[in-house]
Amino acid sequence: MSSSWKMHPVTQLFLARFREFIRQPEAVFWSYVFPLVMMIALGLAFRSEPMEAISIVVQDGGGAELLAETLRGSKSLIVSSGTELQCRQQLRAGQSELIVVAETNNSAAGYRFVFDPTRPGSIHARDVVNDVLQRAAGRQDPLKTTDVAIAEPGSRYIDFLVPGLIGMGLMGGGVWGVGYAIVDMRIRQVLKRFMGTPMKKPHFVAAMMFSRMIFMIPEIIVVLLVSRFLFGVINHGSYLNVMLLIVLGAFEFAGIGLLIASRAKTLEAVSGLMNLAMVPMWIGSGIFFSAKRFPEFVQPLIGLLPLTPLISALRQVMQEGAGTIAILPEIAVISVWGVLTFAVAIRIFRWE
Amino acid sequence: MSLAIECRQLTKTWPGNPPVEAVRGVNLQVERGTCFGVLGPNGAGKTTTIEICEGLVQATSGDAYVLGKNWATQADEIRQEIGISLQETRLSEKLTVLETLTLFRSFYRSGMNPEDAIAKVSLQEKSNARIKSLSGGQRQRVAVATALVGNPRLLFLDEPTTGLDPQSRRDLWRIITEFREAGGTVLLTTHYMDEAERLCDKVAIFDRGRILAIDTPQKLISDLGAEHVVVFTVSGESAAALQDDFGISLPGVISVRIESEHRCLSVREPHIAIPALLALINERSLRLTSLTTRQATLEDVFVHYAGHRLTDENSGAVR
Repeated sequence: MSSSWKMHPVTQLFLARFREFIRQPEAVFWSYVFPLVMMIALGLAFRSEPMEAISIVVQDGGGAELLAETLRGSKSLIVSSGTELQCRQQLRAGQSELIVVAETNNSAAGYRFVFDPTRPGSIHARDVVNDVLQRAAGRQDPLKTTDVAIAEPGSRYIDFLVPGLIGMGLMGGGVWGVGYAIVDMRIRQVLKRFMGTPMKKPHFVAAMMFSRMIFMIPEIIVVLLVSRFLFGVINHGSYLNVMLLIVLGAFEFAGIGLLIASRAKTLEAVSGLMNLAMVPMWIGSGIFFSAKRFPEFVQPLIGLLPLTPLISALRQVMQEGAGTIAILPEIAVISVWGVLTFAVAIRIFRWE
Repeated sequence: MSLAIECRQLTKTWPGNPPVEAVRGVNLQVERGTCFGVLGPNGAGKTTTIEICEGLVQATSGDAYVLGKNWATQADEIRQEIGISLQETRLSEKLTVLETLTLFRSFYRSGMNPEDAIAKVSLQEKSNARIKSLSGGQRQRVAVATALVGNPRLLFLDEPTTGLDPQSRRDLWRIITEFREAGGTVLLTTHYMDEAERLCDKVAIFDRGRILAIDTPQKLISDLGAEHVVVFTVSGESAAALQDDFGISLPGVISVRIESEHRCLSVREPHIAIPALLALINERSLRLTSLTTRQATLEDVFVHYAGHRLTDENSGAVR
């Protein structure tokens, strides 16, 4: 009977959550628009150009004009010039990768490269400039080499970024959506009021969880569509696997949100706890750059953070087309987090 | 017929440093089909007692039976049969009245239509309005409707009219009276004595975690032995030096107390006490600046038992 389904407490609690959510335009805006803005901004900032010209600067002085003219002969260089002070400033500001100085104090022609050896761009610039100058001075390369350009699908930064942002959205949505809502209800004494009715606690928790999963779906669809049409990001795996990961991720972070909110009495307390939980994952779980960049000894720890396996599995599916079997270890870690946090949260939950 | 509520030797000590003894040995019995009022100042242990009966707070010791059932073993059955309104619940502002009541109705096995609950509190025209747009009195009526929607046999109302305007208070009194006339039992707390006198068949006066007296309001007043109160003020050179018990020796005066600048005499026969009072004032060369008489109320009962006014908030316990 449809009316008994409609009057089930889980349905009604879910509807209440859903109505509260959609009747709060700012909440809808932030959960749906923020990930998009982030993706578009980062996608534009880190877009992969087929051939990127290198900016370098020639320091004023004897022989500087000739030097600059030689370098301008190369298409891969953008050459400017300036005083020593200006050069240093350009280097610092990242406007130039390299300072080139013509040596004048000895009889043989020579050049000095000034750069920061920790900047990969600067090392590349040094090699390119060196080649150009050596060839101009008459160097003959003994070996003949040929370049073949290919495009590996899913290898751009934006392809890497989109699964990371989906993971971040799942984390933020779950932790904030559940954590904040629960503490708010506790403060308003709504939880206590519910405890005075025959409402069953698992019904309440289930409704919070379902509402999280449902709210996530449009958010993810929007991110996938916009990334597809704006940046050509293609899912190389099955959409069923993406969906599975999204549902599991929503479940996992709803559990974490529930745990964080299980005892907090004020919004300030819960905000602090939520940030405490999320900051390590923002940094460590590989949203914006690979988590593999961290030293070897912290890798086991990073791998166990709730967000790391989720993003890693999403990338395997979307970038490499991995199947369900390949992501089973990640699915296991995500599920353990979800089940564990729910179990602990329900045990220690404060209803009043 | 079993009692609606029975409390035996209830105590509740909130842990803390120092621990707070909110309830210290409360015995009370509420008969079915009656309205029972729990009176007392803030911090008297009213809310803690009612919340023990509602199953929201666990007593430190003692027993509470509700509708003949025990909280320890039959909690869900009790919850199906009671309706509660907490002292302070802020229902979700984004939901409409009807949505809120439909939500609460879904928690109960049986009950009334949400629309009928709305009609009971006369909010039909606000049915599709969001809680946000309602006045304080209307919100309180919604809160009472959420307590009624499960068709309870027993209604708990914790300070249902505190902070409401007179019209809203009367609206709620009507709802409570109708519920009781239909055979329901009501336990309410209040610190308005007029509310208790008007609604309650029986009242218990609480102070500092204990019950000072339980009876019908009329009986409590007549037991004072003085059903009238003479309130007066005096001025004059010697007024400031007057003793606190000025007037106690006059004929027909039972007790004397001071309420800010007013002196109140509880008297059995005002027609004897008043002339004697006027003569005494003359004799001391004082000037009478005001004189009124009124019927004794529950407030006088409370003052008699507790030795201080209900509006005092200097008692030690927490809510």
